[in-house]
Amino acid sequence: MPRKDVVVPTRGVFTRRALFVLAAQAGVLGLLGRRLYDLQVVDGGHLKALAERNRVSRRMLAPPRGIITDRFGVQLAENKVNWRALLLPEETTDPAAVIRKFGQIIPLDERDQARIERDMRHVRKFVPVALKDFLSWDDMARIELNAPGLPGVFVDVGSTRAYPLGPQLAHVVGYVAPPNEKDLAASAMMALPGMRAGRAGIEQTQDALLRGEPGSVEMEVNSRGRVLGEINRQEGRQGDELSLTIDAGLQQMVLGRIADQAASAVVMDCRNGEVLAMVSTPSFDPTLFDSGVSREQWTEWANDVRTPLINKAVAGVYPPGSTFKPAVALAGLKSGMVTPEDRFNCPGYYDMGGVRFHCWSKYGHGNLTMRQALKYSCDVYFYQLARKIGMDPIKAMGNGFGLGTKLDIELTHVRSGVIPTPEWRRTHGHHWNGGDTVNAGIGQGFVQVTPLELATYVSRIASGRNVEPHLVRRVNDRFSDQTDVTAAPALEIEPAHLDVIRGGMFDVVNAPHGTAPKARLDIPGVQMAGKTGSAQVRHISRALRESGHFNSMSLPWEERPHALFICFAPFDAPRYALAVVIEHGNAGADAAAPLARDIMTDTLNRDPVNHLHDPGQTVAENF
Amino acid sequence: MRFQKRLWRAEPSFRLLSKLLRINWLYVLLICALAAVGYVALYSAGGGSARPFAAPMALRFGFGLIMMAVVALISPRVLKLASVPIYLGAVALLVLVLRIGHVGKGAERWIVLGGLQFQPSETAKIALVLALAAWFSRVDPAKLGNPLRLAVPALLVLIPVVLVLKEPNLGTAVIIGVLGATLFFVAGMRLWQIAVLVAPVPFLGSFVYAHLHDYQKARIDTFMHPEHDPLGAGYNIIQSKIALGSGGMWGEGYLHGTQGQLNFLPEKQTDFIFTMIGEEWGYVGAIAVMILLGLMITGGMMIAMMSRNQFGRLLALGISVDLFLYCAVNLSMVMGVIPVGGVPLPLISYGGSAMLTMMFGFGLLLSTWVHRNERDGDEAAPTP
Repeated sequence: MPRKDVVVPTRGVFTRRALFVLAAQAGVLGLLGRRLYDLQVVDGGHLKALAERNRVSRRMLAPPRGIITDRFGVQLAENKVNWRALLLPEETTDPAAVIRKFGQIIPLDERDQARIERDMRHVRKFVPVALKDFLSWDDMARIELNAPGLPGVFVDVGSTRAYPLGPQLAHVVGYVAPPNEKDLAASAMMALPGMRAGRAGIEQTQDALLRGEPGSVEMEVNSRGRVLGEINRQEGRQGDELSLTIDAGLQQMVLGRIADQAASAVVMDCRNGEVLAMVSTPSFDPTLFDSGVSREQWTEWANDVRTPLINKAVAGVYPPGSTFKPAVALAGLKSGMVTPEDRFNCPGYYDMGGVRFHCWSKYGHGNLTMRQALKYSCDVYFYQLARKIGMDPIKAMGNGFGLGTKLDIELTHVRSGVIPTPEWRRTHGHHWNGGDTVNAGIGQGFVQVTPLELATYVSRIASGRNVEPHLVRRVNDRFSDQTDVTAAPALEIEPAHLDVIRGGMFDVVNAPHGTAPKARLDIPGVQMAGKTGSAQVRHISRALRESGHFNSMSLPWEERPHALFICFAPFDAPRYALAVVIEHGNAGADAAAPLARDIMTDTLNRDPVNHLHDPGQTVAENF
Repeated sequence: MRFQKRLWRAEPSFRLLSKLLRINWLYVLLICALAAVGYVALYSAGGGSARPFAAPMALRFGFGLIMMAVVALISPRVLKLASVPIYLGAVALLVLVLRIGHVGKGAERWIVLGGLQFQPSETAKIALVLALAAWFSRVDPAKLGNPLRLAVPALLVLIPVVLVLKEPNLGTAVIIGVLGATLFFVAGMRLWQIAVLVAPVPFLGSFVYAHLHDYQKARIDTFMHPEHDPLGAGYNIIQSKIALGSGGMWGEGYLHGTQGQLNFLPEKQTDFIFTMIGEEWGYVGAIAVMILLGLMITGGMMIAMMSRNQFGRLLALGISVDLFLYCAVNLSMVMGVIPVGGVPLPLISYGGSAMLTMMFGFGLLLSTWVHRNERDGDEAAPTP
């Protein structure tokens, strides 16, 4: 059979080769089985550990921000519980309808709606979207009542930063805002939901302390990051509690006295530099920055000539006017070129190089000693004194008092004033005229200072010590400042010289014909020493001055002189120092002095010595 | 045998019934066992639910079983005749998919026919096996020494390979090529011919690599260094290995595989179903499944070797090799041995067209078994 001849050898070849293929297949499958053994049994433990890490997702929890209190524990910045309504999109078939229905129960304004719309577009279906913040109990009850009609909606609790005193301490405490790109790049922790970055004031400078340490939570998740359950939770450490040197009660009183003037006042403990009150008016609402400031609000702030966003106490620079005279006088004494008893004659003007510089009193003050010159605030005396000693000793003395230096206080946007010298003028490309020295002698011209510098200056005059202004008094349980009076080093000034200046300042307030009788305290046995200042912001021409009709109150507000006053009390045992600047307040003696008297009276009345029975404060803590 | 012979001659309907009885029910049982493994695994992949994977798969399997039985009854004569239109149809579909096909993940091209997503490259393999078996069974093996005799079957292989390469689906093209080459080998190709063909392969390989698409090169690079891109392209390989390893010897328990149940596993119901099996049932369970697959392949090879006609031998061997290639490529892929490509695990992976194609192939295998005693060219009467 020929067919069979064909088939049989074919079958033989086929079977041999098929067996070869089968062997190859068995070999491949065998190798794969061997590989599986390696993967599952040999490497099993290592891979199982990887699997465990896959299953468990560690997430950091935002730590609660540290609270800020005043020196007596009044809360200045706290974390407020925020009940909010959230929607989990995956739990509803029609999120838009649920949001519409929610809007009928709890009204949603346009901003809410725009934000929800944006979030719904960006987040994944299992990430909750916030519908409404700050729910009241009524709101929550209404949501609960309507729960069956609101699938996917639930209420949870978050936290926001709250400032109970609002604008009253906004410039000092500052504010927070959601972190920006720079914050995120600097610290991974900032990416946690609910984290806030300090944007101004104490909130910014003490941010590192206030942030705390993040906690962590271990959760079972799937590969898409969806949380299936919580395994382990470790709460973070809340940020440090900061207690400031500020006395919130005093701050409120000062604000009440200043009312609606654009002004700044700084009350300091002149023994240790604690800032008890720091006021800058007008102010702003610090909570606005967290949720985002509206365009209208920005425009309003930007257009306000009274600059509500600027902390005038540290960033407002003003010519010190006559408040500068004590520094000039001390520079004269230290230079050795004058003694307290040396007299300069004041005929009412001072001529130099064909230019006539007027005294504020056109009748002149006659022959004056230093103490008298301070008492009368005679301009001509200081014109001559400044001419005699030159700018360098004045600058050295002023800087020693903190004037024209950048003070190291725990605030942001701190500016420094200027005490000009010919050299300083030259570096700015200008020539220094003799008249510039004359003007600087009475704190005009190029001299500029901030209210905090003034307060530091008067503190140092009063105490004779190099006190440094500061705001943080206590971090958790650690006192950060020296309550020990002797801790600050003494100034390098002869005590006798300081006594002359203090005496002159005493006379300003308390002697007959002093320039600030309105600053006299109405407290038996307690006297205040001070110095007025009126800083011109506009050149007053000779023609105008000689016309005899000049009255600065007739000027438009922004051209009127600033009113300044610096003072300390009690005179015989200095405790408190105060600097007041009223923008365009006209005359220091009329506008600033009475205000200073009222503030000092309040300060003295609040002295813990008078309130030993007051709960919440102990003798140990306040002395 | 006597009884059967009588039935055979009596009545055509009895003839069919007799053929049905002659189906290798042991092999059908093996297929059902694998499908059951698939059902159980897909139940777990569905998060402990018959939906959305296990139930539709069971339905398709039921339908496939009927189709398989019907194909098993078709005589090799009919299959030989049908191989030409089937081959032409498959090539037409390959051309069609290039024109109107949808590109899925990577480049598996598919078209929608009657609501069913359908990958023409799957049918092309079966069609190629049919066509090659028909061609070689008509040629006297003694004359295969003449290279010209190999020109037509070589063309039969090259056409689908080129078309699939253009999709572009390198993995499937290689599989088709290997499948064709295996059939050439068992059909009785001379060894010197094989040597001539194999020698230039390394050069060809480097040439092909130079012309690979970027994503294909990326696949190879990712495979070599999965840790370079742990969350991107290397994710599948790493996660797959982690899941297998976390199964250990005895597994984490059915429905308790953390990786699969927590969705770390990509494509866990389709290409990576074996990973899930390995994680939940451990090495012991995974090896058991591999043994079942090995039995399925070996059974097919046995059927091929037991056939008395060249067509049946080549057909059954072709189908078996196809099944083997599916298994080997899929298992190598999940174990991180070869770059990832969309190749399912027969009878276990979730997928409609693959399942039906596979069941059609099993039908061809069983047809070879049923008609194993027929002779080539013996078109007249069944062998006793």
